[in-house]
Amino acid sequence: MKKGHIIGLGIIAIAIVIIMTSIGDASSYENFNTAWEMKNDGEDKSIHVVGQLKKNQAGEVSGIEVGEDKVSFTFLLIDNEGTEQKVFYNEPVPADFQRSEQVVVIGSYREKEIFVADKILMKCPSKYQETDVQAAGM
Amino acid sequence: MINTFVGNLGHLMTIVAFVSALVTAYAYVQYFRANEIEKASWRRFSRISFYIHTASTVMIAFSLFEIIYNHRYEYFYAYSHSSKALPVHYMISSFWEGQEGAFILWAFWNVILGVILIQTNKFWEAPVMVVFALVQAFLISMIMGVVIDDLKIGSSPFILLRDATQAPIFQLNPDFVPEDGTGLNPLLQNIWMVIHPPTLFLGYASTLVPFAFLIGGLVTKKYSEWIRPALPWAIFSAMILGMGIIMGAYWAYVTLNFGGYWNWDPVENAVYVPWLILVASIHTMITFKKSATALKTTIVLVILSFILVLYATFLVRSGVLGDASVHSFTDLGLSGQLLIYMLFFLVIAVFLAARAWKHIPTSEKEASVYSREFWIFLGAVTLGLMAFQVILPTSIPAWNALVESFGGISNMAPPADQVAFYTRFQLWFAVAIALLTSVGQFFWWQKIDKKALKDALITPYIISVLISAAIIVLAKVYDWKYIIIVLASTFTIVANAVILLKILKKSTFKLAGGSLAHIGLGMMLIGIMFSSGYSDVISINMSGLTYSNSWEDEMNKEHVLLWINKPTQMKDYTVIYRGREKKVVGVNEYVPAKILESTGKVNEAIALADFKDHFKKGDVVKIVLEENDYFKIDYLQNETLKFSLSPMSQFNAGMGGLISSPDSKIYLNKDLYTYVAAMNDSEDPEWKEDETYEAAPGEQFYIADFVTYFDGAEVLKEVDGYQLQEGDIAVKAKLRILDYDVEKSIEPTFIIRNNQIGKLPVIDTELGIKVRLENILPEQNKFVFKVNQYQKDYVVMKAIVKPYINVLWIGTIIMLMGFTVAIFRRFDEFQKMRDKGLE
Repeated sequence: MKKGHIIGLGIIAIAIVIIMTSIGDASSYENFNTAWEMKNDGEDKSIHVVGQLKKNQAGEVSGIEVGEDKVSFTFLLIDNEGTEQKVFYNEPVPADFQRSEQVVVIGSYREKEIFVADKILMKCPSKYQETDVQAAGM
Repeated sequence: MINTFVGNLGHLMTIVAFVSALVTAYAYVQYFRANEIEKASWRRFSRISFYIHTASTVMIAFSLFEIIYNHRYEYFYAYSHSSKALPVHYMISSFWEGQEGAFILWAFWNVILGVILIQTNKFWEAPVMVVFALVQAFLISMIMGVVIDDLKIGSSPFILLRDATQAPIFQLNPDFVPEDGTGLNPLLQNIWMVIHPPTLFLGYASTLVPFAFLIGGLVTKKYSEWIRPALPWAIFSAMILGMGIIMGAYWAYVTLNFGGYWNWDPVENAVYVPWLILVASIHTMITFKKSATALKTTIVLVILSFILVLYATFLVRSGVLGDASVHSFTDLGLSGQLLIYMLFFLVIAVFLAARAWKHIPTSEKEASVYSREFWIFLGAVTLGLMAFQVILPTSIPAWNALVESFGGISNMAPPADQVAFYTRFQLWFAVAIALLTSVGQFFWWQKIDKKALKDALITPYIISVLISAAIIVLAKVYDWKYIIIVLASTFTIVANAVILLKILKKSTFKLAGGSLAHIGLGMMLIGIMFSSGYSDVISINMSGLTYSNSWEDEMNKEHVLLWINKPTQMKDYTVIYRGREKKVVGVNEYVPAKILESTGKVNEAIALADFKDHFKKGDVVKIVLEENDYFKIDYLQNETLKFSLSPMSQFNAGMGGLISSPDSKIYLNKDLYTYVAAMNDSEDPEWKEDETYEAAPGEQFYIADFVTYFDGAEVLKEVDGYQLQEGDIAVKAKLRILDYDVEKSIEPTFIIRNNQIGKLPVIDTELGIKVRLENILPEQNKFVFKVNQYQKDYVVMKAIVKPYINVLWIGTIIMLMGFTVAIFRRFDEFQKMRDKGLE
């Protein structure tokens, strides 16, 4: 066998390993029900859940509870299927958290009552869509 | 009044630029085909056409900057990206903050490069400029803003606010001009963000040059000659792109709160990948020049690097990344256009390469293990695999979009822990690269057989093992993975340093580019290993609170809550939060916010007290960006103040709330990185119910847990901000409130006029109290105070020690120097050949 072939085979082998791990380590988008099923099936992988913060009738975000030392908090997230879930995040409340239109939590269930987020991504209302130009200074 | 002239000018220039780009492409094709008689006139025409294009592109940029510079908020772009309070250098950031501005920047660099190429090339001018003009046509089309039926081509930065939004105000008054813009994203208000994007876009733009030479080579059937002129540009491109990436990383380190310089975010990956491929292509180009091998690999790599830049642009700017990235880029509806742009050049390049494939010279000879080609090829392969490993998961959102566009469902998400996922591979690839560079360099400079190789490597090997051992012991590197990294990196540094010395002894510095760049690489690896691998969060919460969830106790709480003035222990330091500060024009230190009161004008305040020699009470001072608050954190050791840090935070309602930036104490061997993650909102306090205290002068009592001394009262002759009349009585109570080591004087006033009582309360936002002198009881010699509490000021902060991060920055600089040396050498070679009339 020529060296070229050995190198070629080596490249292919590494590329396959890369593809396999990319698929294997890829997370997935779930809702809270499927996430809980996964947890029950013994899957501890971190998954993504997309949802919105719970709001009361007045349209204000409700259900945020900040820990006494202000370094962690819990909140209520409603996923796209409408399931409400308490989520714990081991960080202070991010600055524009309450304004976010959509929240992606990345993490897993600890117990049925609580989903622990390792990371939170927020989608905030883009200023491109802002249509209310301030009338001040007319 | 609405100024429509500039916008119309900009728009007109866009159309001129687009048309002239197409004309230039056509003219250069004609010039290329024309016979000897007509050639000169076609050349002149093509050049004039390109210069018109250049002038109009510059005018587009000028028009947009004029709109921002003169605060023309009738334009959507200025309204949404700028504001009056911005200093000029941040207006440059406003310029490219929007996608349209970014495209203009890119087009601008392209024309500059185009002009340089016209000036420096003879033979290659026509084919190269055809590619340039076509790229320009695509880029300018992104900002055309032409709508034909339902087809929208480009998004123009010159549209008026009234056309961009449906705000009701415009129905009442179409000529309404907002007083101020919504401002620039505070995170971008940083000097690195002024220069990072132009650098990055110059990097993007310059990948076009080697690609254009390649296409020229394929079309003119000069399958190998294109490499000489392309090589210095490829190195230039890698240097600038690398510099742009590192500037972005440094910006992230000093302004973003994720605690590092690299987060493996899709947006970062998208520029890292083309850079890797570009570096790989440089290496195969150099091999080809030396020994006529790896030409086909080079062609593939050059095409890839250009297409990957377009792919990166597509990923980042089409909105396809959506919620996969923390960088928010909005979809301007350009995704289709970007895709066509990318596919157009991909198809052309693949077609031309495929057509030429069997004519491309290859070397039949199998590369020996003891040849430099072999080792460099391995290096290029490793770089390619590195790129592949990163681009694959980064493309998951694009893959989902693709599946969904065919009606399928794909719920794949990028890896949950990106840093761990990518590091696991990239780390070992980087070690392999490090080893290959050291071995490869020896082959490079001398023909070597097995024995000679051994002799050449043995000394650097021993030296690097000794140095590594010292590093491992002194810096306590006990993790086997990190030990391997230290070994590999020191070996790279030592081996390349040996080569460097040999080169300097024998010939000139001009040849030292390679070994310099590789030394830089070794240092970067060590710096990354220490600063990331051994980064240490020292702000572990020790409050000892019990949590509602039992498992919460096991989690590390990596933030601490600091009440104002209260000392808190944090590893080797005692930290104290000392309150908010502002930056004042002409004052080289931060000024306590409590002695400044806004005048209502933008960035202007009245001083409520003297501040050192800088200003006196009552002076009007200019504030640098009034929205910025700096939180003073004192670091103490053994009860003496060591230093203070002032991490920043800005409340910007228009931009979505709070944004904060870290501050670092920089030592030679480490950085101490500190940022505030949350803070008290004292804007609109909810006061708790009244508390009443009675005290006699000279008495000590407690107000809301604070030790308070009532030093006595004083009858006033005049009161600040209040006109005293004949017969009025004004009394001031002098209270001293102690909060840890701070003593505050609080002096509420009480005024009697015609049996009416007026009370001037004192609010202390730091302590979160409001004190009023409620009544005076002369018969009991007592004063009655009414107090409301809110909340003491606080911050929640995080502090991280990053050891040896300076090694990374120094390594970067050395690597960039290496690139620069190489550019000069290769350009020199090209010039010599050109002047001989060979190219």
